Amino acid sequence: MTLRTPMKNVRHLGSAKEGTDHFWKSRVTAVANLVLTGFLVAFLVEHAGSDHAALKTALGSPVVAVPLILLALSAAIHMKLGMQVIIEDYVHGEGTRIATLLLNTFFATSVGAALVFAVLKLSLGV
Amino acid sequence: MAEAKSASGALASQPVERPLSPHLQVYRMTISMFMSIMHRMTGAALYFGTLLLAAWLVSAAIGPEAFDTVNGLFNTVLGKLVLIGYTWALFNHALGGIRHFIWDSIHGYDLKTVDRMSWMTLLGSLALTGAVWGYVVASRGGL
Repeated sequence: MTLRTPMKNVRHLGSAKEGTDHFWKSRVTAVANLVLTGFLVAFLVEHAGSDHAALKTALGSPVVAVPLILLALSAAIHMKLGMQVIIEDYVHGEGTRIATLLLNTFFATSVGAALVFAVLKLSLGV
Repeated sequence: MAEAKSASGALASQPVERPLSPHLQVYRMTISMFMSIMHRMTGAALYFGTLLLAAWLVSAAIGPEAFDTVNGLFNTVLGKLVLIGYTWALFNHALGGIRHFIWDSIHGYDLKTVDRMSWMTLLGSLALTGAVWGYVVASRGGL
C-alpha cells in the first residue's frame, strides 16, 4: 500500500515544492533584461555626462522612464535569483546561509526600489 | 544549537574527512569552462555594479550637487576603468545568457559548437565594449 497520491504527479512540483519556478523566472527576467539593457546602454551612451537639467528632461519622457522602471524591476528579480544560486552553492553553514539569503533578498529589493523611486522623482519632477 | 552525537561519538556538526570528488583544480582549463566561470563572475559583478546605476540616478534624484559629486567620481581614471569593466561584464553576461537560451532549447551541445559559442561570447563581449566606448570617445572627442 502506498500513501502517495496521484496529486504529486499532477502538480509536478517536486520535493522543493516549487517546480521549475526559479528556472522559469530567471529566464523570463533574462529575456526582459536583454531587451531593456539594450535600451539602457543606448540611453547611457547618450546621457552619461549630461547635466542635471538635461537628465531630468530626458527622464520626463515616459518613453524613457517606463523602460527604466521595467528594467529596475526585472533586474532586481534576476539579481536576487542569480545570487541565490551562488549562495546555495558556496555558503554551507545553515545560519550563515539563511542570513546571506535574507541579505540577498533585501539588497536586491532595496536597489530595485531605489532605482524606481529615483526615476519617478526625476521624471515627475517633484 | 543542539549537537547530535553520531554512532561513533563524534559531533555531527564537525566535518568528517571524506574523499572529495574531482574539482576545478584537476581539470585542464578549457574555453567553455573559462566562460562558464566568467558568466557567474560577471553576474556577481553586475549584482554589485547595479549600485553604480543606482548611485547615478539616486544622486540625481537628491539634487544637482550630489549628482555633480557622483559624476565627478565617474570622471576619474579609476571611475572610467570601473565603467568600462561594468560595460564588458554586462555584454559578457548578456551574450552568455543568449548561449544559455540556445542550450535551453536543446541545441548546441556538441563540443565544437560549445567551444565556438564560448569564443563568440568572449570576443563578442570585447567587440561590443570596444564599439560602445569607441562611439563615446568619437562622439565626444575624448574620454
